[in-house]
Amino acid sequence: MKSLFAFFSGLLIATTAMAQEVAPDLMVKTVTNEVLEIVRKDKDIQSGNTKKAIDLVEAKVLLHFNFTRMTQLAMARDWRQASAAQQKILTDEFHALLVRTYAKALTEYKNQTIDFKPFTLKAGETDVRVRTEIKQAGAGKNIELDYYLEKSGAAWKVYDIEVGGISIVTNYRDSFASEVRNSGIDGLIKSLQTKNKSGEATSVKK
Amino acid sequence: MKTTLRTRIKSVTVAVMAAGLLAGCATSGNPKDPIEGFNRAMFAFNEGLDSAIVKPVATGYEAVLPSPIRTGVTNFFSNIEDVFIGVNNLLQGKVPEAFSDLGRVVINTTIGLLGVLDMASDAGLEKHDEDFGQTFGRWGVGNGAYVVIPVFGPRTARDTVGLILDSAVDPVGDHKPKGTRNAALVLRVVNKRANLLAADKVVEEAALDKYSYMRDAYLQRRRNLIHDGNPPRDLEASADEATDRPLSAEAETPEPRAELAPVAPVLLANTESAATK
Repeated sequence: MKSLFAFFSGLLIATTAMAQEVAPDLMVKTVTNEVLEIVRKDKDIQSGNTKKAIDLVEAKVLLHFNFTRMTQLAMARDWRQASAAQQKILTDEFHALLVRTYAKALTEYKNQTIDFKPFTLKAGETDVRVRTEIKQAGAGKNIELDYYLEKSGAAWKVYDIEVGGISIVTNYRDSFASEVRNSGIDGLIKSLQTKNKSGEATSVKK
Repeated sequence: MKTTLRTRIKSVTVAVMAAGLLAGCATSGNPKDPIEGFNRAMFAFNEGLDSAIVKPVATGYEAVLPSPIRTGVTNFFSNIEDVFIGVNNLLQGKVPEAFSDLGRVVINTTIGLLGVLDMASDAGLEKHDEDFGQTFGRWGVGNGAYVVIPVFGPRTARDTVGLILDSAVDPVGDHKPKGTRNAALVLRVVNKRANLLAADKVVEEAALDKYSYMRDAYLQRRRNLIHDGNPPRDLEASADEATDRPLSAEAETPEPRAELAPVAPVLLANTESAATK
C-alpha cells in the first residue's frame, strides 16, 4: 500500500517535472517543504525509523539527484579506471550509502525551519548553487545547506550538497582514493557493500 | 591573573608539543596529512576518551535536561564567545560584522538575561563564527599540517596556534573562584558535546573510515569558515574539469597526474609558509 502510494506520488512528480521546466530554486524549495511536512507528521520517522525515512527519500527526493555524477565526483580520477560494470555497481552502492545517511539525518529532524536564500537564475546558466539555511529554534547559529544543481535536458539535478561547507560527496574523495590505492576498485566496491550491509542491518532492527 | 593565564597557555601548549614530539617520526603519503600515523593514534585516543566519558555524560545531560534549558546554556556560552568573535572580525577588517557582534553582546547580556536568551538573532543580528585560526587564515597563513591534538581534537598547524590564543583570552577559563570556573568549563564541554549527538549518528552512518571522514570534513569546514561561506571553488572545480569532464566526451587519453598536479604544490607551499611563522 505504502509502496503503491510512493509509486504514484513519484509518478506525479515525474510527470510534473516533464510537463514544464521548473527553476532549480523552486524545485529545491518544493521538495524540501514537501518532505519536511511529511516528517513533521510522522511519529515513526521522528522516533528513529530509518527504514521509513528511506522510503520517503526514495519516493520524493531521488529523482532529482544525479548519482552517477556524484559517484564520479567522489571517485575523481579513479572513476576512469573502473569498467562500465564497476561504475554501475559503485554508483548503486554509493547511492545506497548517501540515501541512508540522508534518511538518518531526517530522523534527527526536530523543529528546525529552513530559510531559502534569494536566488536568481542567469540566462544560459547550467550549473548553479541554491543556498538554504537550517534555523534552530532559540539558538543562534544557523547551518548552511547548499545544493549544487546541473541542468540535464530540461530538468535540474542535484549533484552535490554542502552542509556548513562540507560536501557530502567530495568528503569521500580521500577515503575512496586510499581504498583504491590499497585494494583496487573491487576493494572499494567491497568496502562500500560491507558498509551498506551493516547499515541495513541496524536500520531494520530499529 | 597573570599566573592563571600562563598556566592555561602552558597546558594547551604542552598538549600541542606532545603532539609535535610524537609526530616527528611518523610520515604518510598524503600531502594534507603528513603525520597520519600519529594522528590516527591520537584520534583513537580521543575517540576512546569520548566513548568512555564525554559521550555518556553528554547523553545523560541531554536526557535529563529539557531542551529549552540546554538552549539557554548554549546561548549563555555563545554570548561570551561573541565578544571574541567581534574582536576577530575587527582584526580581519570586517568592521560592520564586528559592530553587529558588539550589538549582539549588548542586547543578549541585557534583555537576553546574561545571554541565556538569544534576542539578538530574533532582532536580525546574525551570529558569526570567528576565531584566531580563521583570522590567521584571512591574513594569508596557510593551513600547515593537519594534526589531531589530544583532548582538543582535529586542528591544522595554523589553527593550533589560534587555539592557544583563543584559550588565552577565554574569560571562562579565567573566572574566579576556581570551583565555579571548573564547573563552567565542564558544563561548556558537556553541553557542546550534547549538541553534537545527532550529528554523530549521521557521521557513523556515512563514514567508511571515520578518521579520514572527520579529517576531510574538518578541513573543508575550516576552509569554508575562513571564506565566510564562499570559498573559491576553483581548486576543486579545476580538478573536476580535468578528471571528470572527459568521461562524457568518452575515453580520452588519461592524464594520471591531472588531479594532483594543481593541488599538491599549493598545499606544500602552505605547509612551508606556516612552518616558518
